[in-house]
Amino acid sequence: MVPVECYFVLSTLLFFIGVYGFVTRRNLLAMLISVELVLNAVDVNFAAINRLLYPNDMEGMFMTLFVIGVAAAESAVAIAIIINVYRNFKSDTADSITNMKG
Amino acid sequence: MANAIMFTILAVVILGSALLCVTTTLIMRAATFMLFVLFGVAGIYFLLDYTFLGAAQISVYAGGVTMIYIFAIQLVSKQTLQGMVEKIKTSRMIGNGLVVLVSLFVVSIILVKAGLVSDFDSVADAELSMKEIGIALVGSEKYQYVLPFEFISVFLLACIIGGLVVARKEEKE
Repeated sequence: MVPVECYFVLSTLLFFIGVYGFVTRRNLLAMLISVELVLNAVDVNFAAINRLLYPNDMEGMFMTLFVIGVAAAESAVAIAIIINVYRNFKSDTADSITNMKG
Repeated sequence: MANAIMFTILAVVILGSALLCVTTTLIMRAATFMLFVLFGVAGIYFLLDYTFLGAAQISVYAGGVTMIYIFAIQLVSKQTLQGMVEKIKTSRMIGNGLVVLVSLFVVSIILVKAGLVSDFDSVADAELSMKEIGIALVGSEKYQYVLPFEFISVFLLACIIGGLVVARKEEKE
């Protein structure tokens, strides 16, 4: 059995790689991809803690399941917004958005 | 032992793909590396014997979300696809990298301070049965999840409508 600390280290590194991508990238789509990495790191943590520390419960598993559903909805809406931004500003970088109205 | 080897392989694939995903200059490659990360995380779920979770991860993330991203990339940044690199300033990259490293250091200290988990239950290598998941998902008693289940269906409907409203073409006046 892999000890739970290995999962913690994996998800910590994945989380901070995602954070690094989020603060470095200027492209809105690349920033969104980094957010997906962060969400996956959190999911790994939930599933590993549930399985290895509380194997008789299912809270972490359902939390992960609902996070997957919410993340899918979130990325769909975010991409709709990005397409609208591209239509109005003819650019897909974060600093091209100068006002809310377009 | 086999678990440890599988975990190591998956961890290397996940972290390597994630690093390439945030450092590559082509947006399409970033999406592909994100797909590898998602597959690796699904492998972690299979390793933890959460087969249902792994299947959900592959079908929703790798099948659905990645497709949305690729559609959006095709629709939005045509010039990025044709080899024009995204500009990343080196000074900004170093500053952000330092900030991220400092936060990583703080989190590592917290992890080390928390110490090793000594009393972890030895878990049988048996996968969580589908019947158990189904009963917990639509039951309405304590530790059962019919309310979030229904809520997330309404939430997805709201997101479909919201996405359509946001992305539709403006009518000409």
